[in-house]
Amino acid sequence: MNKTIKSIFWALVALLGAFALAGIALNRGESINALWLITAAVCIYAIAYRFYAAWIASQVLVLDETRATPAERLDNGRDFIPTNKWIVFGHHFAAIAGPGPLIGPTLAAQFGYLPGTLWILIGAVLGGAVQDMVMLFVSTRRNGRSLGQMARDEIGVIGGTAALVGTFLIMIILIAVLGLVVVNAMKHSPWATSTVAATIPIAMIVGFYMRNIRPGRVLEASAIGVVLLLLSVFAGGWIDHHETLRTWFDHDGLPLAYAIIAYGFAAAVLPVWLLLAPRDYLSTFMKLGTILLLTVAIVILRPEIHMPAVTQFVDGSGPIFGGKLFPFVFITIACGAISGFHALIASGTTPKLLMNERDIRMIGYGGMLLESFVAIMAMIAATVLEPGVFFAINSPAGVVGKEAADAIAKINSWGFAVTVEQMQQLASDMGESTLFARTGGAPSLAVGMASIFGSAFGKGALALWYHFAIMFEAIFILTTLDAGTRVGRFMLQDMLGNFNKKLGETSYMPSVIFTSSIVVAGWGYFLYIGVIDPNGGVNILWPLFGIANQMLAAIALCVGTGILVKSGKLKYAWVTGLPLAWLIAVTTTAAYQKIFSTDIRIGFFAAADDMATKLASGALSAEKAAVAPQLIFNQHLDAYLTMFFVVVLWVVLIDMLRLCARYLSGKPVLKLSEAPHEPSRLVENWVRD
Amino acid sequence: MLKKLKHLWHLIRDLSGDNAYEQYLKHYADFHQATVDTPPPLSRKAFFKLWQDSQWKGVKRCC
Repeated sequence: MNKTIKSIFWALVALLGAFALAGIALNRGESINALWLITAAVCIYAIAYRFYAAWIASQVLVLDETRATPAERLDNGRDFIPTNKWIVFGHHFAAIAGPGPLIGPTLAAQFGYLPGTLWILIGAVLGGAVQDMVMLFVSTRRNGRSLGQMARDEIGVIGGTAALVGTFLIMIILIAVLGLVVVNAMKHSPWATSTVAATIPIAMIVGFYMRNIRPGRVLEASAIGVVLLLLSVFAGGWIDHHETLRTWFDHDGLPLAYAIIAYGFAAAVLPVWLLLAPRDYLSTFMKLGTILLLTVAIVILRPEIHMPAVTQFVDGSGPIFGGKLFPFVFITIACGAISGFHALIASGTTPKLLMNERDIRMIGYGGMLLESFVAIMAMIAATVLEPGVFFAINSPAGVVGKEAADAIAKINSWGFAVTVEQMQQLASDMGESTLFARTGGAPSLAVGMASIFGSAFGKGALALWYHFAIMFEAIFILTTLDAGTRVGRFMLQDMLGNFNKKLGETSYMPSVIFTSSIVVAGWGYFLYIGVIDPNGGVNILWPLFGIANQMLAAIALCVGTGILVKSGKLKYAWVTGLPLAWLIAVTTTAAYQKIFSTDIRIGFFAAADDMATKLASGALSAEKAAVAPQLIFNQHLDAYLTMFFVVVLWVVLIDMLRLCARYLSGKPVLKLSEAPHEPSRLVENWVRD
Repeated sequence: MLKKLKHLWHLIRDLSGDNAYEQYLKHYADFHQATVDTPPPLSRKAFFKLWQDSQWKGVKRCC
């Protein structure tokens, strides 16, 4: 009886999901309610978690709940600690969910709401969540070793080195693009700039409080910090209305970029307790709180989606970034569908806390589903805007023109209604001087969130909601920037340590300053180019980041597939092999187009050649001619970087296939590096009680 | 209801690391027999320093 009820329940969930999905996919012409997207997402996640993830857990990975985890065997009370699964889930989710799932869907909304939404759902269920779960499993069976170490142990030195170098480069590009997003949100906005600036001393106060005044009282200190942050949003409004004070915070992109670079360097060199750790607490609380608030607001408000299901830009002519639907929607949305970066958290960090192997399904697979859900909400926040408004905010001046009237005329010519007055009204509602060409996704997401929050919780305070949203995005973008610079520094010190022992010491000040400078100079360069690029920079950096991130995911899936084959599970190798094949197809196509396309909005070399020709013939304005040589150099650099990524990817893939072929033909291969089975005492105790 | 709220509060403290010191003391009591040569447990301040530094080794935050 009970079983029948369960079957009926799951059949109903499946039916509802299918119905909602059909509703959003087949709907043409009239607008659709955001609740349908949420319904489809929740049903698909539930079915996938209940059936696919359970099947992977029991049949493919064969999770063994009687086997002691590294946390139990190596328990040292500090990094290896057997921890309650909800706590581990919280840590894991806080670590994987950064600004990526908010920005990617916002940019990909230029294709309409449908392609991005489908990829977020299908990609997460069959790709991202599988990758995270498999990585968590293989790392747990190997004492919590990192992706790079496992690639070296299981595939070979080439795979290991590729994973290491790939991680370092992806970090550089990620930080640059995130820095650019923050700069674009602060450009000529005294309110946003002063609020974001205030987060630095606030983090320091919180850090000092929990280090010295009341040591270890994390919650107390964070509560004080959150209150101060909210006050800083109000104070920003006051500064914005003050005639002299506002000029202190009213800046062009370039000085803001230099400020971010200086800040990044300081954050990497200063002790963690002063800036990084307290900022991270604040950003985690803000992140969880705001996402919860957004969910509640969307459910209360049930907003209509105004973006068409599919726009004409699937042909590759999109204003936000150039390139056709395939492969670029799959590159643009990495986080939220499948993100290689997660493999670094799922290996190394999370396995050291796992109390029991059976928790792997909930933490690995479930954690990714929740991140995917965040991406769906970002998609909703972007598509509830009128498409005309969305494109006016997100299209760079280099595409639609610098003057408001030109931009509006261009956007109208695409068939999206919007007027100059409408944009002016919106800007003044949000407390900004202009919202044109605020590329990077953060401002349009903030406008979307402000209108959702405003409608759900009272319309009066749109400007406050907008700047609250900007502060919320900026605080955890800056956390990723701090943490990423620091990790980059550690990785570099680790590598240099092979050549010079002294340089490898993480507390040796000259080495700290030297390696931090290199890392900051690396991303600082890309940030600088992004700011001076009249096309906004995001259109170059974000696809590059997407390609790098998907490359890392493919390396992780190579490791997973190799281990499955070597464990004698060839018949299940498609579980990781299928998403791997898809990622190879996507990244290789995207890289090919970015390198060889003759369309100057897609191909790096084409764009460089075009600019060089114009520069030589004197067709560029003096302003553009001044930066042209740097932009040309950068286009070349980006092309070679893309080539490097795709070569690394194929080298690892071929290495993995060679290993599988050797194994299947009975030749010797690297042995599985799994730690031997030890029975869990925790489970025994639990059974005896 | 009150019990549930208490449980939630515990969960939040666990998650944020607010009670990391209490857990360390518990771990210390469970694993270290008190003999003449065992060093006494760290003070709250000293433990927090160590704990915070160990939290920020390796990749902790992602995109």
